[in-house]
Amino acid sequence: MIHSLFLINSSGDIFLEKHWKSVVSRSVCDYFFEAQERATEAENVPPVIPTPHHYLLSVYRHKIFFVAVIQTEVPPLFVIEFLHRVVDTFQDYFGVCSEPVIKDNVVVVYEVLEEMLDNGFPLATESNILKELIKPPTILRTVVNTITGSTNVGDQLPTGQLSVVPWRRTGVKYTNNEAYFDVVEEIDAIIDKSGSTVTAEIQGVIDACVKLTGMPDLTLSFMNPRLLDDVSFHPCVRFKRWESERILSFIPPDGNFRLLSYHVSAQNLVAIPVYVKHNISFRDSSSLGRFEITVGPKQTMGKTIEGVIVTSQMPKGVLNMSLTPSQGTHTFDPVTKMLSWDVGKINPQKLPSLKGTMSLQVGASKPDENPTINLQFKIQQLAISGLKVNRLDMYGEKYKPFKGIKYMTKAGKFQVRT
Amino acid sequence: MTDSKYFTTTKKGEIFELKAELNSDKKEKKKEAVKKVIASMTVGKDVSALFPDVVNCMQTDNLELKKLVYLYLMNYAKSQPDMAIMAVNTFVKDCEDPNPLIRALAVRTMGCIRVDKITEYLCEPLRKCLKDEDPYVRKTAAVCVAKLHDINAQLVEDQGFLDTLKDLISDSNPMVVANAVAALSEIAESHPSSNLLDLNPQSINKLLTALNECTEWGQIFILDCLANYMPKDDREAQSICERVTPRLSHANSAVVLSAVKVLMKFMEMLSKDLDYYGTLLKKLAPPLVTLLSAEPELQYVALRNINLIVQKRPEILKHEMKVFFVKYNDPIYVKLEKLDIMIRLASQANIAQVLAELKEYATEVDVDFVRKAVRAIGRCAIKVEQSAERCVSTLLDLIQTKVNYVVQEAIVVIKDIFRKYPNKYESVIATLCENLDSLDEPEARAAMIWIVGEYAERIDNADELLESFLEGFHDESTQVQLQLLTAIVKLFLKKPTETQELVQQVLSLATQDSDNPDLRDRGYIYWRLLSTDPVAAKEVVLAEKPLISEETDLIEPTLLDELICYIGTLASVYHKPPSAFVEGGRGVVHKSLPPRTASSESTESPETAPAGAPSGDQPDVIPAQGDLLGDLLNLDLGPPVSGPPLAASSVQMGAVDLLGGGLDSLMGDEPEGIGDTNFGAPPAAVTTAATPARLGAPISSGLSDLFDLTSGVGTLSGSYVAPKAVWLPAIKAKGLEISGTFTRQVGSISMDLQLTNKALQVMTDFAIQFNRNSFGLAPAAPLQVHAPLSPNQTVELSLPLNTVGSVMKMEPLNNLQVAVKNNIDVFYFSTLYPLHVLFVEDGKMDRQMFLATWKDIPNENEAQFQIRDCPLNTEAASNKLQSSNIFTVAKRSVEGQDMLYQSLKLTNGIWVLAELRIQPGNPSMTLSLKCRAPEVSQHVYQAYETILKN
Repeated sequence: MIHSLFLINSSGDIFLEKHWKSVVSRSVCDYFFEAQERATEAENVPPVIPTPHHYLLSVYRHKIFFVAVIQTEVPPLFVIEFLHRVVDTFQDYFGVCSEPVIKDNVVVVYEVLEEMLDNGFPLATESNILKELIKPPTILRTVVNTITGSTNVGDQLPTGQLSVVPWRRTGVKYTNNEAYFDVVEEIDAIIDKSGSTVTAEIQGVIDACVKLTGMPDLTLSFMNPRLLDDVSFHPCVRFKRWESERILSFIPPDGNFRLLSYHVSAQNLVAIPVYVKHNISFRDSSSLGRFEITVGPKQTMGKTIEGVIVTSQMPKGVLNMSLTPSQGTHTFDPVTKMLSWDVGKINPQKLPSLKGTMSLQVGASKPDENPTINLQFKIQQLAISGLKVNRLDMYGEKYKPFKGIKYMTKAGKFQVRT
Repeated sequence: MTDSKYFTTTKKGEIFELKAELNSDKKEKKKEAVKKVIASMTVGKDVSALFPDVVNCMQTDNLELKKLVYLYLMNYAKSQPDMAIMAVNTFVKDCEDPNPLIRALAVRTMGCIRVDKITEYLCEPLRKCLKDEDPYVRKTAAVCVAKLHDINAQLVEDQGFLDTLKDLISDSNPMVVANAVAALSEIAESHPSSNLLDLNPQSINKLLTALNECTEWGQIFILDCLANYMPKDDREAQSICERVTPRLSHANSAVVLSAVKVLMKFMEMLSKDLDYYGTLLKKLAPPLVTLLSAEPELQYVALRNINLIVQKRPEILKHEMKVFFVKYNDPIYVKLEKLDIMIRLASQANIAQVLAELKEYATEVDVDFVRKAVRAIGRCAIKVEQSAERCVSTLLDLIQTKVNYVVQEAIVVIKDIFRKYPNKYESVIATLCENLDSLDEPEARAAMIWIVGEYAERIDNADELLESFLEGFHDESTQVQLQLLTAIVKLFLKKPTETQELVQQVLSLATQDSDNPDLRDRGYIYWRLLSTDPVAAKEVVLAEKPLISEETDLIEPTLLDELICYIGTLASVYHKPPSAFVEGGRGVVHKSLPPRTASSESTESPETAPAGAPSGDQPDVIPAQGDLLGDLLNLDLGPPVSGPPLAASSVQMGAVDLLGGGLDSLMGDEPEGIGDTNFGAPPAAVTTAATPARLGAPISSGLSDLFDLTSGVGTLSGSYVAPKAVWLPAIKAKGLEISGTFTRQVGSISMDLQLTNKALQVMTDFAIQFNRNSFGLAPAAPLQVHAPLSPNQTVELSLPLNTVGSVMKMEPLNNLQVAVKNNIDVFYFSTLYPLHVLFVEDGKMDRQMFLATWKDIPNENEAQFQIRDCPLNTEAASNKLQSSNIFTVAKRSVEGQDMLYQSLKLTNGIWVLAELRIQPGNPSMTLSLKCRAPEVSQHVYQAYETILKN
């Protein structure tokens, strides 16, 4: 099982270590540093690194490497999933997960890590259970603790730990009972030069924020459940009911949680809400190139596209760019060669465009690679897959909750090749 | 106020100050001090000197303080074992605490104190906690057993904790079950021989029940444990699969992958005809695809596993090619894996898309990735024949970009394409030669040199090109030097007049000026060959090369099957069995896929054959090369032969055996020269030939059944009969001339003989005997020549043959050595029988089976032949072949070509699958043969040719 954990920042300093079994010398990380050096960018450090006596499994998030050390055959996905869970927990506890924040809260971090694993076996990883065991730091509590001498460690057995619904604590009470659901869909797409779709898929999630008193039993049904043929559920969802009736039936955890995530595969026809017209040419002879892109709406079901940001990694040969946007602001970093254009809203009557010239290295040959354009956008009140919630019902409790549902479509990894 | 204040105490005498604070009366101060100590500990400062002071803080009601002290204790107990004993009392007391959280905390911490001395004090508290009324304490205690085992395995066994742990598998609480399974699995891993997790249907049932209710991590442990279970039949396997399938929808990717492992393993036991089997296959694809939308690290592990899964069961993901398309900001390790899987999934149906993508990738920035993409184009060309042309033109486009490493990779793969499709794309050589100067990598240089040498006759200035390489011969890498040597020798053999000087130069460079043993040896061999027998040299050096196989990097099937059992583990990431890398002397148990049970047995293609069992259903009649070689060595009693050893000794062996093999009965006189070794001995006593005899015996009895079967269903039309040929000229046999041919009619083989007496005396007492041969041909009846054969008389007779004789592999395969005796002498001759007399009447394979078998036979076994000058149309060819028991299974027209898919079966049960390509108006046909015993291909081809041309 998981032996030790090292947190390493991008400059290669180990700033935290935690051992769940015997102590593993931090020199084991030298193998990691070697790999880090070999990889040109932090993202490219391989997640599994063998060393003579151990294996190092790492994830890279928030500019921190979380490196787990294992000694025996352990499912690597288990370790990597766990590491991601650690990061999520930190984020949940401290709002952000960064080196200064972790250092500021080192004792809580230590206590949390100790609760999450026992001898390398996961113990409590659900954040609502952890929060019962170790209270997250708040300014108020810190002050209160200092005055009263009370601690931020709960001395009650976490109620969820052993019940049939380990994800929910008992005795939840609210004055306003409310349940909100967000259907968020991200489009991952690759669009080729000519504007046709190479591949497009939708990653969707339904995130919930449920603040309901007692032990409510909810059912959520969809207008078109057939869209959901590839789903992953929160453990609270009764799988049998879904299999037979295509209805989500569950006792929700308290607070924020991800009810389900789904995937609409490339085989289905995925509507592409935007298009990008581009004309990028590097001329061989002169040291000037032409650059022009226009963004426009495509299949938006009448909704507005907002929050559009266009980024593109320009080839090394591009020294600078002089561009004029019809709206929004743009920047070009001559060092990283990253072009970024914050477009904002798309007005279908007046399509935003960015035009101008690129100055290229004199004498150098035409760049080999074509820049890929990366697109970010948001569309409110639309689930691009067409998924629609039919109704939400509550059983088991008497009160009438307030219910709400929101839809949103975003760009995931949305790339346009030029 | 943050914890960072704990780090700021950098004053001198820090430890001293802390010591004072720890011994303070104020609780709050104490706690702050412990926090400071812990903070120093986490950043690696040594605060072990404070041990007694910290332990003194342990006896407290404050849970946080207690936990902090425990943290400290776990870290330093090892370095201060004597001090640690001080903590024992508190542990024992805490284990009795009314609060289960404190009890659990105590038992948890206890196990983390890795000090031998105190472990024995902990046994009693642990025993109590294992039976605690609160499941939270029990599940914590279960893990504690694993901890203790790690410290002192003997103690754990002596105290009977393992049995208690086993009992916990039947605990009422699923979390306790999961932790017990996890603990037992970990203990079992360090003791592979111990039978800790002996699973039976009852315990499996309990695990499956717990699976639905325990935490995600517990599910992983339970699923991994289930994967080690061997269901007793397919029904049990199916019911387990049904209960595991819902886990595929879990949000935790490790749960999903562990569930995939269980399903992939137990699926082995399900019959393919089952509806459930198909449902299961369909259910496996979406979760695997979903794994690819997770974080890149998870994707990487998922991709490594998918790589195994698509090799084992390509059908699962065959429609999901697009999810493997690379996004430009994927980390490089994800990109490379995706690329690999794209090639594995490439097929005729999606090749256009794949090529377009690969071409796109070839223009990316990352050099490693670009190289692999270019290589991938080459692999596509080799894998999907229909795409070869497109791939070559794509590669040429890429060469035009003049990007150095792209050009080099392209040349390396074009070399492979040449080897796969000889005489097809050589027109591009000119373009390649233009880029000669830009090649600076050994592999690319070697590939280019190979191309120049191989096609020297088509490149006008081949000698100049090679000469230019020769200038810096000693600076080249060995790979290039060897290739250059061979290429120049090839060139010399092709254009001897102009290149004599060059070859001498390279030979002397290789043999005299080099100290690389490989290079010298190869140089000397060529030299000797060229100087002794240039014709032989030509045969050796310019010999036709075997075509290269499709996918070179496929994992070997038995390893693949083992790895499937390790899906989701490190082994699956490294594609190596754990025995290859798990450290320490722990014997690792080899896992294997479950065999199909009797009730699910189906007669379908061997593709589904489980690991371990023989992969084919045909008996392998021809003894393996190794056996044969051993055999040859045994037989070779004479002095060492100087000629080519194989041929020589097989001849000699034939002679010895002819004498020993029961010929004594018909040999009146002793033949001169031979016959001293085993003459007269009964066959069983021929020790030298014992191996093949043993091998042959049981098989041939099985063969006779097959043979009987075939004669029953045989078609009436006979197969093609060649005209008689003279086998034994009169001069060699004291006047007896024998000519003959082989026929096959209605399922029986016979040898039609014509005996002519060209001597002056009457011949009588004819008898015939065959030496053991590849297919066990033997006379079914004695040779009956009724009347004495007077001078100048000819008698025609037909000798029925069967295939139940002893088997020995001959060289060539269809060689038959025959001894004929008459009143004058014994005569020996050998003849080659056409293989089609062995084609049985029930050689028509079912379409589905054909398809599956074709896929299943490795591509190395495929052989391709040209049948020239055979202007038959498809219909006529098919009919002609059919009458010789070559059956057309399916017919297809592609781009104006007719493809006939044919099958035939030999008397010994070997199936040969064929694809015959006929182009109307073109007298040449292309024949591809696939067979598990590739040795027969050549002869089957000859049979085809004879049948089609007559």
